[in-house]
Amino acid sequence: MEALFTHVDWYEIWLATLDTLLMLGGSLLFTVILGLPLGVLLFLTGPRQLFEQKALYGLLSLLVNVLRSLPFIILLIVMIPFTVLLTGTSLGVAGAIPPLVVGATPFFARLVETALREVDRGIIEATQAMGATTRQIIWNALLPEARPGIFAAVTVTAITLVSYTAMAGVVGAGGLGDLAIRFGYQRFQTDVMVVTVVLLLVLVQILQTVGDKLVVHFSRK
Amino acid sequence: MIEFQQVYKTYRVAGRDIPALQPTTLDIQGGQVFGLIGHSGAGKSTLLRLINRLEEPSGGRIVIDGTDVTALDADGLRRFRQRVGMIFQHFNLLASKTVADNVAMPLRLAGELSAAEIDARVAELLARVGLGDHAKKYPAQLSGGQKQRVGIARALATRPKILLCDEATSALDPQTTGQVLQLLAEINRELGLTIVLITHEMDVIRRVCDRVAVMDGGVIVEQGPVADVFLHPQHPTTRRFVLEAEHVDEDEQHDDFAHVPGRILRLTFRGEATYAPLLGTIARDTGVDYSILAGRIDRIKETPYGQLTLALVGGDVESALIRLNAADVHVEVLR
Repeated sequence: MEALFTHVDWYEIWLATLDTLLMLGGSLLFTVILGLPLGVLLFLTGPRQLFEQKALYGLLSLLVNVLRSLPFIILLIVMIPFTVLLTGTSLGVAGAIPPLVVGATPFFARLVETALREVDRGIIEATQAMGATTRQIIWNALLPEARPGIFAAVTVTAITLVSYTAMAGVVGAGGLGDLAIRFGYQRFQTDVMVVTVVLLLVLVQILQTVGDKLVVHFSRK
Repeated sequence: MIEFQQVYKTYRVAGRDIPALQPTTLDIQGGQVFGLIGHSGAGKSTLLRLINRLEEPSGGRIVIDGTDVTALDADGLRRFRQRVGMIFQHFNLLASKTVADNVAMPLRLAGELSAAEIDARVAELLARVGLGDHAKKYPAQLSGGQKQRVGIARALATRPKILLCDEATSALDPQTTGQVLQLLAEINRELGLTIVLITHEMDVIRRVCDRVAVMDGGVIVEQGPVADVFLHPQHPTTRRFVLEAEHVDEDEQHDDFAHVPGRILRLTFRGEATYAPLLGTIARDTGVDYSILAGRIDRIKETPYGQLTLALVGGDVESALIRLNAADVHVEVLR
Protein backbone atom coordinates (compact mmCIF):
# COMPACT_ATOMS: atom_id res chain seq x y z
CA MET A 1 0.00 0.00 0.00
CA GLU A 2 2.70 2.48 1.09
CA ALA A 3 4.90 1.41 -1.81
CA LEU A 4 2.07 1.84 -4.27
CA PHE A 5 1.19 5.41 -3.24
CA THR A 6 4.64 6.80 -2.39
CA HIS A 7 3.86 10.36 -3.52
CA VAL A 8 0.43 10.58 -2.05
CA ASP A 9 0.13 12.98 0.87
CA TRP A 10 -3.24 12.01 2.29
CA TYR A 11 -3.55 15.24 4.25
CA GLU A 12 -3.11 17.21 1.00
CA ILE A 13 -5.75 15.01 -0.61
CA TRP A 14 -8.12 15.68 2.29
CA LEU A 15 -7.62 19.48 2.01
CA ALA A 16 -8.11 19.33 -1.76
CA THR A 17 -11.30 17.30 -1.35
CA LEU A 18 -12.61 19.90 1.12
CA ASP A 19 -11.79 22.70 -1.34
CA THR A 20 -13.63 20.90 -4.13
CA LEU A 21 -16.68 20.33 -1.92
CA LEU A 22 -16.66 23.96 -0.77
CA MET A 23 -16.45 25.27 -4.33
CA LEU A 24 -19.13 22.86 -5.47
CA GLY A 25 -21.52 23.61 -2.59
CA GLY A 26 -21.06 27.38 -2.72
CA SER A 27 -21.34 27.71 -6.47
CA LEU A 28 -24.27 25.26 -6.73
CA LEU A 29 -26.19 27.22 -4.08
CA PHE A 30 -25.77 30.56 -5.88
CA THR A 31 -26.35 28.97 -9.30
CA VAL A 32 -29.73 27.67 -8.15
CA ILE A 33 -30.66 30.95 -6.42
CA LEU A 34 -29.88 32.95 -9.59
CA GLY A 35 -30.66 30.37 -12.25
CA LEU A 36 -34.11 29.29 -11.09
CA PRO A 37 -35.71 32.76 -11.43
CA LEU A 38 -33.83 33.30 -14.71
CA GLY A 39 -35.17 29.98 -16.02
CA VAL A 40 -38.71 30.87 -14.95
CA LEU A 41 -38.36 34.27 -16.66
CA LEU A 42 -37.04 32.63 -19.85
CA PHE A 43 -40.03 30.26 -19.79
CA LEU A 44 -42.68 32.91 -19.11
CA THR A 45 -41.42 35.38 -21.74
CA GLY A 46 -40.85 32.65 -24.31
CA PRO A 47 -42.87 32.12 -27.49
CA ARG A 48 -46.60 31.43 -26.88
CA GLN A 49 -46.21 31.49 -23.08
CA LEU A 50 -48.02 33.33 -20.29
CA PHE A 51 -46.02 36.56 -20.60
CA GLU A 52 -44.77 36.41 -24.16
CA GLN A 53 -42.25 39.27 -24.53
CA LYS A 54 -40.31 38.90 -27.76
CA ALA A 55 -37.72 41.62 -27.00
CA LEU A 56 -36.98 40.58 -23.40
CA TYR A 57 -36.85 36.89 -24.30
CA GLY A 58 -34.50 37.66 -27.19
CA LEU A 59 -32.21 39.67 -24.92
CA LEU A 60 -32.12 37.07 -22.13
CA SER A 61 -31.66 34.30 -24.64
CA LEU A 62 -28.72 36.11 -26.26
CA LEU A 63 -27.07 36.74 -22.86
CA VAL A 64 -27.45 33.08 -21.92
CA ASN A 65 -26.09 31.92 -25.26
CA VAL A 66 -23.06 34.25 -25.09
CA LEU A 67 -22.15 33.10 -21.58
CA ARG A 68 -22.65 29.47 -22.50
CA SER A 69 -20.46 29.66 -25.60
CA LEU A 70 -17.54 31.18 -23.63
CA PRO A 71 -15.04 28.46 -22.59
CA PHE A 72 -14.91 28.33 -18.79
CA ILE A 73 -11.14 28.78 -18.66
CA ILE A 74 -11.52 32.12 -20.51
CA LEU A 75 -14.45 33.19 -18.31
CA LEU A 76 -12.34 32.48 -15.25
CA ILE A 77 -9.73 35.03 -16.37
CA VAL A 78 -12.10 37.62 -17.89
CA MET A 79 -14.06 37.63 -14.63
CA ILE A 80 -11.04 38.49 -12.39
CA PRO A 81 -11.78 42.25 -11.93
CA PHE A 82 -15.43 41.53 -11.19
CA THR A 83 -14.50 38.72 -8.79
CA VAL A 84 -12.17 41.03 -6.86
CA LEU A 85 -14.96 43.60 -6.64
CA LEU A 86 -17.34 40.97 -5.31
CA THR A 87 -15.19 38.93 -2.89
CA GLY A 88 -12.11 41.09 -2.37
CA THR A 89 -9.87 38.45 -3.88
CA SER A 90 -9.40 36.61 -7.14
CA LEU A 91 -7.65 33.72 -5.43
CA GLY A 92 -8.67 30.61 -3.57
CA VAL A 93 -12.10 29.12 -3.10
CA ALA A 94 -13.73 32.57 -2.70
CA GLY A 95 -12.11 33.71 -5.96
CA ALA A 96 -13.38 30.66 -7.81
CA ILE A 97 -17.03 30.78 -6.81
CA PRO A 98 -18.14 33.89 -8.82
CA PRO A 99 -16.81 32.58 -12.16
CA LEU A 100 -18.23 29.12 -11.39
CA VAL A 101 -21.65 30.69 -10.74
CA VAL A 102 -21.52 32.86 -13.86
CA GLY A 103 -20.44 29.86 -15.89
CA ALA A 104 -23.13 27.50 -14.58
CA THR A 105 -26.15 29.82 -14.15
CA PRO A 106 -27.02 30.24 -17.87
CA PHE A 107 -26.66 26.49 -18.36
CA PHE A 108 -28.92 25.74 -15.37
CA ALA A 109 -31.45 28.41 -16.42
CA ARG A 110 -31.82 26.77 -19.86
CA LEU A 111 -32.40 23.39 -18.21
CA VAL A 112 -35.05 24.93 -15.93
CA GLU A 113 -36.75 26.54 -18.95
CA THR A 114 -36.84 23.14 -20.67
CA ALA A 115 -38.21 21.44 -17.53
CA LEU A 116 -41.01 24.03 -17.30
CA ARG A 117 -41.89 23.58 -20.98
CA GLU A 118 -42.43 19.89 -20.26
CA VAL A 119 -45.35 20.79 -17.99
CA ASP A 120 -48.62 20.03 -19.79
CA ARG A 121 -50.32 23.23 -21.01
CA GLY A 122 -53.59 21.74 -19.78
CA ILE A 123 -52.31 22.05 -16.20
CA ILE A 124 -51.72 25.78 -16.69
CA GLU A 125 -55.15 26.14 -18.30
CA ALA A 126 -56.85 24.28 -15.44
CA THR A 127 -55.09 26.47 -12.88
CA GLN A 128 -56.09 29.62 -14.79
CA ALA A 129 -59.67 28.36 -14.87
CA MET A 130 -59.58 28.15 -11.04
CA GLY A 131 -58.95 31.90 -10.95
CA ALA A 132 -55.26 31.72 -10.03
CA THR A 133 -52.97 34.73 -10.30
CA THR A 134 -49.82 34.37 -12.39
CA ARG A 135 -47.77 34.14 -9.18
CA GLN A 136 -50.04 31.32 -7.96
CA ILE A 137 -49.74 29.53 -11.29
CA ILE A 138 -45.94 29.60 -10.96
CA TRP A 139 -45.75 28.56 -7.28
CA ASN A 140 -48.72 26.19 -7.03
CA ALA A 141 -48.69 24.53 -10.41
CA LEU A 142 -45.63 25.10 -12.61
CA LEU A 143 -42.83 24.62 -10.08
CA PRO A 144 -44.36 21.59 -8.27
CA GLU A 145 -45.13 19.90 -11.61
CA ALA A 146 -41.64 20.61 -12.97
CA ARG A 147 -39.94 19.48 -9.74
CA PRO A 148 -38.57 16.18 -11.11
CA GLY A 149 -37.15 18.01 -14.13
CA ILE A 150 -35.66 20.72 -11.92
CA PHE A 151 -33.95 18.14 -9.69
CA ALA A 152 -32.54 16.49 -12.81
CA ALA A 153 -31.28 19.93 -13.90
CA VAL A 154 -29.61 20.50 -10.51
CA THR A 155 -27.91 17.10 -10.78
CA VAL A 156 -26.54 17.74 -14.27
CA THR A 157 -25.41 21.23 -13.21
CA ALA A 158 -23.64 19.90 -10.09
CA ILE A 159 -21.71 17.40 -12.18
CA THR A 160 -20.78 20.08 -14.71
CA LEU A 161 -19.57 22.22 -11.79
CA VAL A 162 -17.32 19.37 -10.59
CA SER A 163 -15.50 19.44 -13.92
CA TYR A 164 -15.36 23.28 -13.84
CA THR A 165 -13.74 23.20 -10.38
CA ALA A 166 -10.87 21.20 -11.88
CA MET A 167 -10.01 24.30 -13.94
CA ALA A 168 -10.33 26.65 -11.00
CA GLY A 169 -6.76 25.73 -10.08
CA VAL A 170 -5.76 28.43 -12.57
CA VAL A 171 -6.78 31.07 -10.01
CA GLY A 172 -5.20 29.12 -7.18
CA ALA A 173 -8.47 27.77 -5.89
CA GLY A 174 -7.03 24.37 -5.15
CA GLY A 175 -9.23 21.32 -5.17
CA LEU A 176 -8.80 17.80 -6.52
CA GLY A 177 -8.48 18.82 -10.18
CA ASP A 178 -5.71 21.28 -9.31
CA LEU A 179 -3.89 18.57 -7.36
CA ALA A 180 -4.15 16.20 -10.31
CA ILE A 181 -2.61 18.77 -12.68
CA ARG A 182 0.15 20.08 -10.40
CA PHE A 183 1.32 16.77 -8.96
CA GLY A 184 -0.12 14.04 -11.10
CA TYR A 185 0.64 15.64 -14.47
CA GLN A 186 3.40 18.21 -14.02
CA ARG A 187 5.48 16.10 -11.59
CA PHE A 188 4.65 12.73 -13.16
CA GLN A 189 3.20 11.45 -9.88
CA THR A 190 0.83 8.95 -11.46
CA ASP A 191 -0.35 7.66 -8.08
CA VAL A 192 -1.62 11.14 -7.14
CA MET A 193 -3.38 11.33 -10.48
CA VAL A 194 -5.08 7.97 -9.90
CA VAL A 195 -6.24 8.88 -6.40
CA THR A 196 -7.71 12.26 -7.42
CA VAL A 197 -9.43 10.84 -10.48
CA VAL A 198 -10.96 8.04 -8.41
CA LEU A 199 -12.18 10.57 -5.80
CA LEU A 200 -13.75 12.78 -8.52
CA LEU A 201 -15.41 9.72 -9.98
CA VAL A 202 -16.85 8.75 -6.61
CA LEU A 203 -18.11 12.33 -6.11
CA VAL A 204 -19.85 12.38 -9.50
CA GLN A 205 -21.32 8.94 -8.82
CA ILE A 206 -22.76 10.09 -5.47
CA LEU A 207 -24.26 13.25 -7.01
CA GLN A 208 -25.90 11.30 -9.83
CA THR A 209 -27.33 8.65 -7.50
CA VAL A 210 -28.77 11.18 -5.05
CA GLY A 211 -30.17 13.26 -7.95
CA ASP A 212 -31.79 10.23 -9.58
CA LYS A 213 -33.37 9.21 -6.27
CA LEU A 214 -34.90 12.68 -5.83
CA VAL A 215 -36.22 12.70 -9.41
CA VAL A 216 -37.87 9.31 -8.93
CA HIS A 217 -39.29 10.31 -5.55
CA PHE A 218 -40.95 13.44 -6.92
CA SER A 219 -42.15 11.89 -10.17
CA ARG A 220 -45.13 10.27 -8.38
CA LYS A 221 -45.52 7.75 -11.17
CA MET B 1 -77.95 32.71 -17.21
CA ILE B 2 -75.31 32.66 -19.95
CA GLU B 3 -75.96 35.07 -22.81
CA PHE B 4 -73.82 35.49 -25.91
CA GLN B 5 -74.55 38.72 -27.79
CA GLN B 6 -72.96 38.81 -31.23
CA VAL B 7 -69.79 37.22 -29.86
CA TYR B 8 -67.09 36.32 -32.35
CA LYS B 9 -63.50 35.18 -32.25
CA THR B 10 -60.77 35.35 -34.87
CA TYR B 11 -57.21 34.10 -34.53
CA ARG B 12 -54.33 35.86 -36.22
CA VAL B 13 -52.16 33.25 -37.88
CA ALA B 14 -49.21 34.31 -40.05
CA GLY B 15 -50.69 37.77 -40.64
CA ARG B 16 -54.15 36.50 -41.62
CA ASP B 17 -57.34 36.48 -39.58
CA ILE B 18 -58.80 33.00 -39.23
CA PRO B 19 -62.38 33.00 -37.91
CA ALA B 20 -62.94 30.43 -35.16
CA LEU B 21 -66.41 31.59 -34.14
CA GLN B 22 -68.74 33.63 -36.36
CA PRO B 23 -70.89 36.27 -34.61
CA THR B 24 -73.05 34.16 -32.33
CA THR B 25 -76.07 34.94 -30.18
CA LEU B 26 -76.99 32.28 -27.67
CA ASP B 27 -78.96 32.04 -24.45
CA ILE B 28 -78.30 29.20 -22.02
CA GLN B 29 -80.91 28.91 -19.29
CA GLY B 30 -79.89 28.39 -15.67
CA GLY B 31 -80.10 24.86 -14.26
CA GLN B 32 -80.05 23.05 -17.57
CA VAL B 33 -77.50 20.78 -19.20
CA PHE B 34 -76.58 22.44 -22.47
CA GLY B 35 -74.69 20.40 -25.05
CA LEU B 36 -72.57 21.71 -27.90
CA ILE B 37 -71.79 19.16 -30.55
CA GLY B 38 -69.49 19.49 -33.53
CA HIS B 39 -66.49 17.96 -35.22
CA SER B 40 -63.01 19.15 -34.28
CA GLY B 41 -62.48 22.66 -35.60
CA ALA B 42 -66.20 23.45 -35.53
CA GLY B 43 -65.64 26.17 -32.91
CA LYS B 44 -67.24 24.43 -29.94
CA SER B 45 -64.08 24.45 -27.85
CA THR B 46 -63.59 28.17 -28.57
CA LEU B 47 -67.19 28.89 -27.58
CA LEU B 48 -66.78 26.98 -24.30
CA ARG B 49 -63.53 28.78 -23.41
CA LEU B 50 -65.08 32.17 -24.12
CA ILE B 51 -67.45 31.60 -21.19
CA ASN B 52 -64.64 31.79 -18.59
CA ARG B 53 -62.44 33.86 -20.90
CA LEU B 54 -59.69 31.30 -21.31
CA GLU B 55 -60.18 32.67 -24.82
CA GLU B 56 -60.67 36.42 -25.18
CA PRO B 57 -63.52 37.34 -27.53
CA SER B 58 -62.62 39.46 -30.56
CA GLY B 59 -65.95 41.23 -30.21
CA GLY B 60 -69.44 41.06 -28.72
CA ARG B 61 -70.68 40.76 -25.16
CA ILE B 62 -71.00 37.76 -22.84
CA VAL B 63 -73.39 38.37 -19.96
CA ILE B 64 -73.50 35.79 -17.18
CA ASP B 65 -75.98 36.15 -14.33
CA GLY B 66 -76.36 39.84 -15.17
CA THR B 67 -72.59 40.53 -15.22
CA ASP B 68 -70.87 41.52 -18.44
CA VAL B 69 -67.85 39.23 -18.12
CA THR B 70 -66.22 40.71 -21.23
CA ALA B 71 -65.82 43.95 -19.25
CA LEU B 72 -64.24 42.42 -16.10
CA ASP B 73 -60.73 43.54 -15.10
CA ALA B 74 -58.05 41.01 -14.12
CA ASP B 75 -59.13 40.88 -10.48
CA GLY B 76 -62.84 40.64 -11.30
CA LEU B 77 -62.11 37.91 -13.83
CA ARG B 78 -60.24 35.86 -11.22
CA ARG B 79 -63.14 36.11 -8.76
CA PHE B 80 -65.59 35.22 -11.54
CA ARG B 81 -63.52 32.18 -12.54
CA GLN B 82 -63.61 30.94 -8.94
CA ARG B 83 -67.37 30.60 -9.43
CA VAL B 84 -67.10 28.59 -12.64
CA GLY B 85 -65.90 24.97 -12.50
CA MET B 86 -64.24 23.27 -15.44
CA ILE B 87 -63.35 19.69 -16.30
CA PHE B 88 -61.17 18.52 -19.17
CA GLN B 89 -60.74 15.68 -21.64
CA HIS B 90 -57.32 14.78 -20.21
CA PHE B 91 -58.34 15.64 -16.63
CA ASN B 92 -55.44 18.11 -16.13
CA LEU B 93 -54.77 16.99 -12.57
CA LEU B 94 -51.45 17.91 -10.96
CA ALA B 95 -49.30 14.77 -10.91
CA SER B 96 -47.24 16.20 -8.05
CA LYS B 97 -50.20 16.55 -5.68
CA THR B 98 -52.35 13.93 -3.95
CA VAL B 99 -56.02 13.53 -4.83
CA ALA B 100 -56.98 15.54 -1.72
CA ASP B 101 -54.50 18.32 -2.54
CA ASN B 102 -55.79 18.50 -6.12
CA VAL B 103 -59.36 18.92 -4.89
CA ALA B 104 -58.24 21.46 -2.26
CA MET B 105 -56.33 23.54 -4.81
CA PRO B 106 -59.12 25.93 -5.93
CA LEU B 107 -60.00 26.54 -2.27
CA ARG B 108 -56.38 27.25 -1.31
CA LEU B 109 -55.96 29.60 -4.29
CA ALA B 110 -59.14 31.48 -3.35
CA GLY B 111 -57.84 31.78 0.22
CA GLU B 112 -61.27 32.25 1.79
CA LEU B 113 -61.46 29.16 4.02
CA SER B 114 -59.34 27.98 6.94
CA ALA B 115 -57.27 24.81 6.64
CA ALA B 116 -59.77 22.86 8.75
CA GLU B 117 -62.71 24.07 6.64
CA ILE B 118 -60.85 23.08 3.47
CA ASP B 119 -60.16 19.58 4.84
CA ALA B 120 -63.83 19.11 5.70
CA ARG B 121 -64.97 20.36 2.29
CA VAL B 122 -62.48 18.08 0.48
CA ALA B 123 -63.69 15.03 2.44
CA GLU B 124 -67.29 15.91 1.58
CA LEU B 125 -66.46 16.33 -2.14
CA LEU B 126 -64.50 13.08 -2.36
CA ALA B 127 -67.37 11.23 -0.68
CA ARG B 128 -69.80 12.71 -3.23
CA VAL B 129 -67.78 11.42 -6.19
CA GLY B 130 -67.18 8.06 -4.48
CA LEU B 131 -63.44 8.45 -3.91
CA GLY B 132 -63.35 8.79 -0.12
CA ASP B 133 -60.72 6.03 0.18
CA HIS B 134 -58.36 7.50 -2.40
CA ALA B 135 -57.56 10.88 -0.79
CA LYS B 136 -53.86 10.10 -0.19
CA LYS B 137 -53.18 8.59 -3.62
CA TYR B 138 -51.51 10.35 -6.52
CA PRO B 139 -53.35 10.73 -9.85
CA ALA B 140 -51.00 8.26 -11.57
CA GLN B 141 -52.39 5.53 -9.28
CA LEU B 142 -55.97 6.05 -10.49
CA SER B 143 -57.94 4.83 -13.52
CA GLY B 144 -59.25 7.27 -16.13
CA GLY B 145 -62.75 7.30 -14.68
CA GLN B 146 -61.41 7.92 -11.17
CA LYS B 147 -59.24 10.78 -12.47
CA GLN B 148 -62.28 12.43 -14.03
CA ARG B 149 -64.14 12.05 -10.73
CA VAL B 150 -61.27 13.89 -9.03
CA GLY B 151 -61.59 16.52 -11.77
CA ILE B 152 -65.29 16.87 -11.03
CA ALA B 153 -64.70 17.11 -7.26
CA ARG B 154 -62.07 19.79 -7.89
CA ALA B 155 -64.40 21.71 -10.21
CA LEU B 156 -67.16 21.69 -7.59
CA ALA B 157 -64.91 22.73 -4.68
CA THR B 158 -65.78 26.44 -4.74
CA ARG B 159 -69.53 25.75 -5.10
CA PRO B 160 -69.74 27.14 -8.64
CA LYS B 161 -73.02 27.91 -10.40
CA ILE B 162 -71.69 26.82 -13.77
CA LEU B 163 -69.72 23.72 -14.77
CA LEU B 164 -67.92 23.68 -18.12
CA CYS B 165 -67.09 20.23 -19.53
CA ASP B 166 -64.50 20.07 -22.29
CA GLU B 167 -64.91 16.65 -23.96
CA ALA B 168 -65.02 15.23 -20.44
CA THR B 169 -65.71 11.65 -21.50
CA SER B 170 -63.82 11.47 -24.80
CA ALA B 171 -60.79 9.76 -23.25
CA LEU B 172 -62.89 7.18 -21.34
CA ASP B 173 -64.20 3.73 -22.26
CA PRO B 174 -67.97 3.32 -22.82
CA GLN B 175 -68.74 1.93 -19.35
CA THR B 176 -66.79 4.64 -17.54
CA THR B 177 -68.35 7.25 -19.82
CA GLY B 178 -71.75 6.09 -18.62
CA GLN B 179 -70.75 6.42 -14.97
CA VAL B 180 -69.27 9.90 -15.42
CA LEU B 181 -72.35 11.10 -17.36
CA GLN B 182 -74.57 9.72 -14.61
CA LEU B 183 -72.56 11.64 -12.03
CA LEU B 184 -72.92 14.85 -14.08
CA ALA B 185 -76.69 14.37 -14.36
CA GLU B 186 -76.87 13.76 -10.61
CA ILE B 187 -74.92 16.95 -9.87
CA ASN B 188 -77.14 18.94 -12.22
CA ARG B 189 -80.25 17.61 -10.51
CA GLU B 190 -79.13 17.87 -6.90
CA LEU B 191 -77.13 21.10 -6.97
CA GLY B 192 -79.12 22.89 -9.66
CA LEU B 193 -75.84 23.55 -11.45
CA THR B 194 -75.86 24.82 -15.03
CA ILE B 195 -73.70 22.51 -17.14
CA VAL B 196 -72.28 23.40 -20.54
CA LEU B 197 -70.60 20.47 -22.22
CA ILE B 198 -68.95 19.99 -25.57
CA THR B 199 -68.62 16.66 -27.31
CA HIS B 200 -68.42 15.03 -30.71
CA GLU B 201 -70.64 12.12 -29.67
CA MET B 202 -74.41 12.40 -30.11
CA ASP B 203 -74.83 9.66 -27.53
CA VAL B 204 -73.42 11.93 -24.79
CA ILE B 205 -75.95 14.61 -25.78
CA ARG B 206 -78.80 12.08 -25.79
CA ARG B 207 -77.99 10.79 -22.33
CA VAL B 208 -77.57 13.97 -20.28
CA CYS B 209 -78.48 17.15 -22.16
CA ASP B 210 -81.70 19.17 -22.06
CA ARG B 211 -80.81 21.39 -25.00
CA VAL B 212 -78.29 21.02 -27.76
CA ALA B 213 -76.61 23.30 -30.27
CA VAL B 214 -74.98 21.80 -33.35
CA MET B 215 -71.90 23.61 -34.63
CA ASP B 216 -70.19 23.54 -37.99
CA GLY B 217 -67.58 25.93 -39.37
CA GLY B 218 -67.80 28.34 -36.41
CA VAL B 219 -71.57 28.67 -36.72
CA ILE B 220 -74.44 27.20 -34.66
CA VAL B 221 -76.41 25.53 -37.45
CA GLU B 222 -79.23 24.14 -35.36
CA GLN B 223 -80.35 24.24 -31.74
CA GLY B 224 -83.29 23.21 -29.62
CA PRO B 225 -84.51 20.69 -27.05
CA VAL B 226 -82.53 17.46 -27.44
CA ALA B 227 -85.59 15.33 -28.32
CA ASP B 228 -86.59 17.68 -31.18
CA VAL B 229 -83.11 17.93 -32.62
CA PHE B 230 -82.40 14.24 -32.15
CA LEU B 231 -85.65 12.88 -33.58
CA HIS B 232 -86.23 15.48 -36.30
CA PRO B 233 -82.83 16.81 -37.35
CA GLN B 234 -83.10 19.61 -39.92
CA HIS B 235 -79.52 20.51 -40.85
CA PRO B 236 -77.35 18.03 -42.82
CA THR B 237 -74.63 18.18 -40.12
CA THR B 238 -77.16 17.26 -37.44
CA ARG B 239 -78.52 14.41 -39.56
CA ARG B 240 -74.99 13.04 -39.95
CA PHE B 241 -74.44 13.11 -36.17
CA VAL B 242 -77.76 11.35 -35.49
CA LEU B 243 -77.18 8.67 -38.10
CA GLU B 244 -73.64 8.10 -36.82
CA ALA B 245 -75.03 7.63 -33.32
CA GLU B 246 -77.53 5.06 -34.56
CA HIS B 247 -75.05 3.33 -36.84
CA VAL B 248 -77.41 3.76 -39.79
CA ASP B 249 -76.24 4.08 -43.37
CA GLU B 250 -79.06 5.84 -45.25
CA ASP B 251 -77.98 4.71 -48.73
CA GLU B 252 -77.73 1.10 -47.65
CA GLN B 253 -81.15 1.30 -46.03
CA HIS B 254 -82.66 2.82 -49.18
CA ASP B 255 -81.36 -0.09 -51.27
CA ASP B 256 -82.66 -2.63 -48.75
CA PHE B 257 -86.16 -1.16 -48.81
CA ALA B 258 -86.34 -0.98 -52.64
CA HIS B 259 -87.86 -4.45 -53.03
CA VAL B 260 -90.30 -4.11 -50.11
CA PRO B 261 -93.93 -3.73 -51.32
CA GLY B 262 -96.46 -1.22 -49.95
CA ARG B 263 -96.14 2.21 -48.33
CA ILE B 264 -93.13 2.94 -46.16
CA LEU B 265 -93.54 5.18 -43.12
CA ARG B 266 -91.38 6.34 -40.26
CA LEU B 267 -93.18 6.74 -36.94
CA THR B 268 -91.72 8.64 -34.03
CA PHE B 269 -93.21 8.11 -30.56
CA ARG B 270 -92.33 10.18 -27.54
CA GLY B 271 -93.08 9.81 -23.85
CA GLU B 272 -95.90 7.51 -22.78
CA ALA B 273 -97.06 7.03 -26.40
CA THR B 274 -93.96 4.87 -26.83
CA TYR B 275 -95.60 2.13 -24.80
CA ALA B 276 -99.17 2.41 -26.19
CA PRO B 277 -100.45 -0.58 -28.27
CA LEU B 278 -101.23 1.72 -31.21
CA LEU B 279 -100.00 -0.33 -34.17
CA GLY B 280 -101.89 -3.48 -33.31
CA THR B 281 -105.17 -1.64 -32.80
CA ILE B 282 -104.98 0.25 -36.08
CA ALA B 283 -103.92 -2.87 -38.01
CA ARG B 284 -106.95 -4.78 -36.67
CA ASP B 285 -109.42 -1.94 -37.37
CA THR B 286 -108.25 -1.15 -40.92
CA GLY B 287 -107.14 -4.58 -42.06
CA VAL B 288 -103.63 -3.46 -43.05
CA ASP B 289 -100.64 -5.66 -42.51
CA TYR B 290 -97.42 -4.13 -41.38
CA SER B 291 -93.83 -5.26 -41.23
CA ILE B 292 -91.16 -3.51 -39.22
CA LEU B 293 -88.13 -2.66 -41.39
CA ALA B 294 -86.06 -0.82 -38.82
CA GLY B 295 -86.60 0.41 -35.33
CA ARG B 296 -85.22 1.60 -32.05
CA ILE B 297 -86.73 2.17 -28.64
CA ASP B 298 -84.57 4.08 -26.21
CA ARG B 299 -84.46 7.08 -23.88
CA ILE B 300 -83.44 10.68 -24.35
CA LYS B 301 -82.33 11.68 -20.86
CA GLU B 302 -85.46 10.55 -18.92
CA THR B 303 -87.91 10.55 -21.86
CA PRO B 304 -88.62 7.25 -23.62
CA TYR B 305 -88.90 7.40 -27.38
CA GLY B 306 -89.36 5.02 -30.27
CA GLN B 307 -88.68 5.33 -33.94
CA LEU B 308 -90.00 2.64 -36.29
CA THR B 309 -89.80 2.30 -40.05
CA LEU B 310 -92.78 0.29 -41.31
CA ALA B 311 -94.12 -1.07 -44.57
CA LEU B 312 -97.95 -1.13 -44.82
CA VAL B 313 -99.63 -3.55 -47.23
CA GLY B 314 -103.25 -4.58 -47.97
CA GLY B 315 -106.43 -3.36 -46.24
CA ASP B 316 -107.37 0.30 -46.02
CA VAL B 317 -103.95 1.99 -46.02
CA GLU B 318 -105.39 5.50 -46.36
CA SER B 319 -107.56 5.29 -43.26
CA ALA B 320 -104.65 3.70 -41.36
CA LEU B 321 -102.62 6.77 -42.23
CA ILE B 322 -105.41 9.05 -41.05
CA ARG B 323 -105.65 7.13 -37.77
CA LEU B 324 -101.88 7.34 -37.25
CA ASN B 325 -101.82 11.05 -38.01
CA ALA B 326 -104.57 11.61 -35.46
CA ALA B 327 -102.68 9.67 -32.78
CA ASP B 328 -99.89 10.95 -30.57
CA VAL B 329 -97.14 10.02 -33.03
CA HIS B 330 -95.14 11.84 -35.64
CA VAL B 331 -95.61 10.28 -39.09
CA GLU B 332 -93.29 10.69 -42.06
CA VAL B 333 -94.27 9.00 -45.32
CA LEU B 334 -91.04 7.88 -46.91
CA ARG B 335 -92.62 6.25 -50.01
